[in-house]
Amino acid sequence: MRRLQSVFGMLAAAVAVMSPAAVSAAETVKVGVVLGFSGQASASVDQMDKAINLYVKQHQAELGDIKLDLIRRDDTGPNPDMARRLAQELITRDRVNILTGFFYTPNANAVAPLATEAKVPMVIMNAATSSTMRLSPYLVRVSLTQWQQSYPLGQWAAKQGVKRAYTAVTDYGPGHDAEAAFIKGFTEAGGKIVGSVRMPLKNPDFVPFLQRIKDEKPEALFVFVPGSKDATALMKAYTELGLAQAGVRLIAAGDCVPDNELASMGDVPPGVVTMGYYSAAATRPQNKAFVAAWQKEYGPDSIPSPFAVGAYDGMAAIFYVIEKQHGKIDPDRTMALLKGWRNDNSPRGPVMIDPETRDVVQNMYVRRLERVNGKLENVEVETIPMVKDPWPRLHPQ
Amino acid sequence: MKAGAVPRQERVSAVNEFLSALVSIMFHGLAYAMILYVVSVGLSVTMGLMGFANLAHGVFAMAGGYVAISLMSRLGLSFGPAVVLAVLVVAAASVVLERLLYARLYGAGEIEQVLFTIGLIFMSIAAAKFMFGSSQQELVLPAALRGEVSILGRMFPTYRAFIIVTGAIIALGLWLGLERSQFGARVRAAVDNRRMARSVGIDTDRLFSLTFALGSGLAALGGALGGELLTIHPAYAIEHLVYFLTVVAVGGLGSIRGPFLAAVLLGVGDTACKYLLPDIGAFFIYFALFGLLLWRPAGLFGRA
Amino acid sequence: MFVYRSAATISPVDYMVCSHRLRWPELLPWVAIIAAYFAFPSYLALGAQVMIMVLFALSLDLVLGYAGIVTLGHAAFFGVGAYTAGILAVHGWEEAITALPVAAAVAGAVGLVTGYIILRTRGLTLLMLTLAVASMLGEAANKANWLTGGADGLQGITLRPLLGVFHFDLFGRTAFVYCALVLFAGWVFVRRLVHAPFGRSLTGIRENAARMHAIGAPVRQRQIIVYTIAAALAGVAGALEAQTTQFVGLNVLSFDLSGAVLIMLIFGGVGRLYGAFVGAPLYMVAQDALSRLDPEYWFFWVGLLLVVTVMFARGGILGVADLLRRKVMR
Repeated sequence: MRRLQSVFGMLAAAVAVMSPAAVSAAETVKVGVVLGFSGQASASVDQMDKAINLYVKQHQAELGDIKLDLIRRDDTGPNPDMARRLAQELITRDRVNILTGFFYTPNANAVAPLATEAKVPMVIMNAATSSTMRLSPYLVRVSLTQWQQSYPLGQWAAKQGVKRAYTAVTDYGPGHDAEAAFIKGFTEAGGKIVGSVRMPLKNPDFVPFLQRIKDEKPEALFVFVPGSKDATALMKAYTELGLAQAGVRLIAAGDCVPDNELASMGDVPPGVVTMGYYSAAATRPQNKAFVAAWQKEYGPDSIPSPFAVGAYDGMAAIFYVIEKQHGKIDPDRTMALLKGWRNDNSPRGPVMIDPETRDVVQNMYVRRLERVNGKLENVEVETIPMVKDPWPRLHPQ
Repeated sequence: MKAGAVPRQERVSAVNEFLSALVSIMFHGLAYAMILYVVSVGLSVTMGLMGFANLAHGVFAMAGGYVAISLMSRLGLSFGPAVVLAVLVVAAASVVLERLLYARLYGAGEIEQVLFTIGLIFMSIAAAKFMFGSSQQELVLPAALRGEVSILGRMFPTYRAFIIVTGAIIALGLWLGLERSQFGARVRAAVDNRRMARSVGIDTDRLFSLTFALGSGLAALGGALGGELLTIHPAYAIEHLVYFLTVVAVGGLGSIRGPFLAAVLLGVGDTACKYLLPDIGAFFIYFALFGLLLWRPAGLFGRA
Repeated sequence: MFVYRSAATISPVDYMVCSHRLRWPELLPWVAIIAAYFAFPSYLALGAQVMIMVLFALSLDLVLGYAGIVTLGHAAFFGVGAYTAGILAVHGWEEAITALPVAAAVAGAVGLVTGYIILRTRGLTLLMLTLAVASMLGEAANKANWLTGGADGLQGITLRPLLGVFHFDLFGRTAFVYCALVLFAGWVFVRRLVHAPFGRSLTGIRENAARMHAIGAPVRQRQIIVYTIAAALAGVAGALEAQTTQFVGLNVLSFDLSGAVLIMLIFGGVGRLYGAFVGAPLYMVAQDALSRLDPEYWFFWVGLLLVVTVMFARGGILGVADLLRRKVMR
């Protein structure tokens, strides 16, 4: 009974604090952050959370006396009903001005209608399915789309003289996107797909799939798997089976080589090429400053991943609209501002929001996975400037 | 070259391709099966012996992996000693848990046991994340186990070959040990009829503790050795739970041979499915479970 | 106070009379629900989700508590109901209330077919088979992208206002009342059922299947029937979830959900009809509060809560309440 009382006491207290009277204090901007802090992707979300904190710490002063209130909520994983409920509470109870976070596409998709209904701008920091943007005019995305990275990768591979490629992707939404994008880009540029496989999401072992591909002897293998442990397991399987020695080049979506996981990937053979929007090893001064600040904050062994940069730039966009409006957030004005937002100081190089699709436009980088001073790094070797998501063009409404 | 020679060559190459696929499937399937077996056999015995629905069995496997990796990375031990020490540590810790918590629930219903062990899994997830972070841990192999070996004219990862050999030795050892030794006879007696075993003077409490330690130790061994196949990360116990339970259910509760056959069937079948029919790869385990259990509800070697 | 008779010989009037008399504590949940509507206007979305889980847990209680079937795959029916309602709405069936019986029928049919196949087994085997059913459905939903939206989720659910008047609002008022009314109907139905001869015979089966068999009760047939009914009820809960969230994701078929509902019910107390009403709210409020306090490690505290419940509060919250009452009465 004591526990019950204390829980209800807490609820009542929370209601009292969040009631409209308390909110009306001038120049407080509330931002709701919905991310899977405790779920299966908690390693990546941890990176995002660190990036958010770092950005706030670095730029707090720019806000002057405007108070920024970040309200974090744990959606526990690909759990759209929970994400929706949390967003609903953030909107109705906490009265947030902006929603952000959203690691998983289904969660972002479930919340999108609320953004429209409540007119709350929503800054997507990760979820990478192209079609999401059509669900609400109040969405912007600062991360990437699968098409944005895998389509140009297909074109690039064909231009490199690769004739026969095999694709292997994880069997869920983003994997299907990556597969379709790569095949489209690759075949348009004259390549031939000799086989495609979709690997189950709950997949303890990649080796049987790769063994099959090794036995088929394609010139190149395109891969997409979600980041974190799957990426590492995949790289290990690639190494272990000696695909490189057998003449199968690995080309992969950037998700397969998250910078913070490289250290646990073991002796990956040289020659792995990926397409991605961010590498911690990039030599741009903006990135060097970012990595230095990151390591000062989180220790010299901590390495920021693309997830971190997505969140970092998301905060940059949010700070931009707060400053432009002097803390008085109007939803439509916010969207108008976001539509023209451009940032040349991002660790990933220039990045902007396409005013038409509200989706991110950015440089994509061809990177080679190499050992530099004994550590694996994604070394940028080629830049494809300011890539727009090709999906809306290829899939008109 | 004569015109008729070409089709024959094609035929030969088709046969070769088929054989090489078969070798690939058997090899990887067996490696996977050995890990499944070593982790699950302990669960089969404890569930059969004590009737305890220990869903948290995978926690011990995860602990084995984490301890072995930490011993190597933080204390600089080499692979062999680290694995052995990890097994001993986990087995010892499991006895403490068994005496303190599990033992109080032997008489309780299945429902309480399920709730309790799910609670343990939750705690293990948070604890592992707290202690080791949420990213997966890398098992650094000794040089001798890295690289590839040639088997039947094809190259295969050395470490997986090592796992197959080790797993087979453990299976054989358990089989002989539990079939021939007095300890084994007692365990089997207690599985068959606990009350009778007690009345002929077998100290079942001690037997339970020992068996529990053996089961957890084996799980830890499987976790540590299998870190390359079933990656060690905080949600390990829940992610692989279905596979462990499947091996036990298909093998038959309380059996030593059953889980071995079940693990081989599932490991090779799963691999074959991924290799040959990747589109339905995710369904295989469930179809297999369904078919096998409807055919033999008590498992392959279980007593109805 | 109750004479066992076969359902066929009982008249509707007798049936009403034979129903267990309503005792005042049974009204407590409803008082609490009405009070919550006024006391916590900004928690109505959580309230609606809690009531959906209560209904879901109630359906599980029929299977687990009254028929003694331990299942790790009850989400199968919740998910089928959710997808049925969602797919109907996407394809133009925008009336919410009439979609409920359809969802119930589809989920019930899945329950009937799978129950017929798997209920011949017991124990761990049955547990694994229930798990296999739910997992297969989950994989199928992932594969059937064209129908379910796969891993991205089913989008585009739009519903007409309830009864043509009540729009599903942002604050969750309509959703709350709607869920409360459906839950009430579900409770009345389940209460009738368990107090009816059919329900009594189920309890008999749970306690001693062999004896029930011996006195001529068709054990397996009864189990299949209750499994089907529970599946239909879980389907209604799933449909509510799809309608109030206006989105369906693969998680409605997940092992996590099957596990969560099992935990909630056991936490509250199994086989007591009200375990669902106690366990689901307490568990969800505790989880909500803990995940707020400690978004990264709240799992630990929930786990600890479960372990402590089993160690010191056997029979769940209601079990302990019973024990206390008996001590006080003595």
